[in-house]
Amino acid sequence: MENLLEVKDLKTYFYTEDGVVPAVDGVDFELKPGQTLGIVGESGCGKSVTSLSILRLVPNPPGRIVEGEILFEGKDLVQATESEMQHIRGNDIAMIFQEPMTSLNPVFTIGKQIMEAIMLHQNLDKNAAREKCIEMLKLVGIPRAEQAIDEYPHQFSGGMRQRAMIAMALSCNPKLLIADEPTTALDVTIQAQIIELMKDLKDKLNTAIILITHDLGVVAEMCEHVIVMYAGKVVEEADILELYTDPKHPYTVGLMKSKPSLDDNRDRLEVIPGAVPNPLDMPEGCTFHPRCPHAMDICREKQPHLINNEEGRKVRCWLYEKEGEVK
Amino acid sequence: MAEQLRVDDRVELDDKDLVVVKNLKKYFPITGGFLKRVVGQVHAVEDISFTIRRGETLGIVGESGCGKSTTGRTILRLLEKTDGEVYYDGKEVFGLSKSEMVNLRTKMQIVFQDPYSSLNPRKTVAQICGEALVEHGLAKKGKEVNDIVSETIEKCGLAPYHIRRYPHEFSGGQRQRIGIARALTLNPEFIVCDEPVSALDVSIQSQIINLLMDLQQDMGLTYLFISHDLSVVKHISDRIGVMYLGNMVELAGKHDLYESPLHPYTQALLSAIPVPDPKKKRERIVLKGDIPSPANPPKGCTFHTRCPYAMDVCKEVTPEFIESAPDHFVACHLVNKR
Repeated sequence: MENLLEVKDLKTYFYTEDGVVPAVDGVDFELKPGQTLGIVGESGCGKSVTSLSILRLVPNPPGRIVEGEILFEGKDLVQATESEMQHIRGNDIAMIFQEPMTSLNPVFTIGKQIMEAIMLHQNLDKNAAREKCIEMLKLVGIPRAEQAIDEYPHQFSGGMRQRAMIAMALSCNPKLLIADEPTTALDVTIQAQIIELMKDLKDKLNTAIILITHDLGVVAEMCEHVIVMYAGKVVEEADILELYTDPKHPYTVGLMKSKPSLDDNRDRLEVIPGAVPNPLDMPEGCTFHPRCPHAMDICREKQPHLINNEEGRKVRCWLYEKEGEVK
Repeated sequence: MAEQLRVDDRVELDDKDLVVVKNLKKYFPITGGFLKRVVGQVHAVEDISFTIRRGETLGIVGESGCGKSTTGRTILRLLEKTDGEVYYDGKEVFGLSKSEMVNLRTKMQIVFQDPYSSLNPRKTVAQICGEALVEHGLAKKGKEVNDIVSETIEKCGLAPYHIRRYPHEFSGGQRQRIGIARALTLNPEFIVCDEPVSALDVSIQSQIINLLMDLQQDMGLTYLFISHDLSVVKHISDRIGVMYLGNMVELAGKHDLYESPLHPYTQALLSAIPVPDPKKKRERIVLKGDIPSPANPPKGCTFHTRCPYAMDVCKEVTPEFIESAPDHFVACHLVNKR
């Protein structure tokens, strides 16, 4: 199958007073139509900047895409003009954000905000747009959709707001939906509702999804393919089953072990020592080596490459470099 | 009669109990209009009773707005109660005079959720952690305070030279260590941990959880651990209470609670957690709707509006919080009928 999205060697840097911050430093991945890709990592690893770069929403200055290609259906979005981007945003690629309160405008009704996108992108008149909007609100499970359309965001609860955001994002039938931590601000029972809703909609509409999250549990439930990011780089990429049964990169392993689970009864949690490095002062060699239990001399000197092994798994670590070189 | 088994009747004589909470209520007034008249009450905590034993960790879980933080703060008398009693080491906390309260404050401390807003940005670590020592007259300003603070922050995994630095020079995890050190300088017995790891990344979370558990062992601390993350609470707690809309709906030992949850809300809450294992498929109970407003809680059992098993009696009568299995308290008509 053709790839819907191909990101090649994407580099997005921020030029600050204190120096250059390589927020995204050479990220590659691809996505097929209808596929769900998870991007996992801790705060500051560049997962959100990656998604903003795809939509060209990185504020410039200070941010700039300095290198790389983002091929969406074969078209390079890095080179696209602003008016081309406006056509793509909302129409072909839509995005939902983490905090549904701050991403909805408090002075307009929910309906007005959803209809704006529909009228702009689908050339429908007001009445048709209103009908479409009610239909979308029903689709995402908002009760009393006919009345809710005229309500303001503050009248909605957190879960309802996120549903409204999803309705807005899906109203123009995008081919790709980018969901940036869509459930992080929500309570567990509401999170469960939203996850079920997104799974359901994915099956119905066949939208490709990029799910950005720090929660390995949410990824396990929703995604088929996962990328693990650390300090602006992809450190591991694998199918969901392989990643969870046999994580390769020491960071992935540490991340999985440090999360307390409901099923085990360990006394102590395993810990990744230290903290994420300061992006202005990245360690030399592998950026993970100061925290890595397997760090070798070479890790301190040279950056490892993202190695492809035979099962289509990718890992950026000197431990596996030899296997790659043999081939 | 079931009445006999209520928590509050059972515990008071027990020497093992450090904190006893009896029928605690905390309402916040809603004011409105030109004269700021009280037009309603937010029922943040509605008649809860439980005990915390010496040296244990009692976890409290619940979703936002369920009253778990208010409970923690009311026990410490950071908020005045509306009704009910809180006993600390046999003494009624709300009956103490101001000077007695000051003495008691050295024994109970709190660690807050957000390590960014809970530390004063204009003070150094030595000032932040040493303030209480000076205030209570336990050490003289200067070298004496600095020595105690350096020792404490070292226990919390920071270096002694850090005491001269300001909060902005630290990362989130380090700041939370400072927050913990601040609570520890007075050598307390009881610490309320109000979502201490929620604002932190996964890899940092585990460091802080391990630190809290080590400190508990070394210093014989008792924790009230408040969190919305059920897997974290399970890891650190001995017993766990589940709160919903100001009520405690279930309280049990952690293994009991996770292996055989009795209250429908606990069951739904547990099934809602995403499992980090793609091979595992679980039957998920998805609750309908949202939490009702605590300003206008439903009559009867507050959970009946979302409960998949709601019966007629649930809409009318508030279920009692009784011991339905040994050390397993539940407030549910469905369970307590049997």
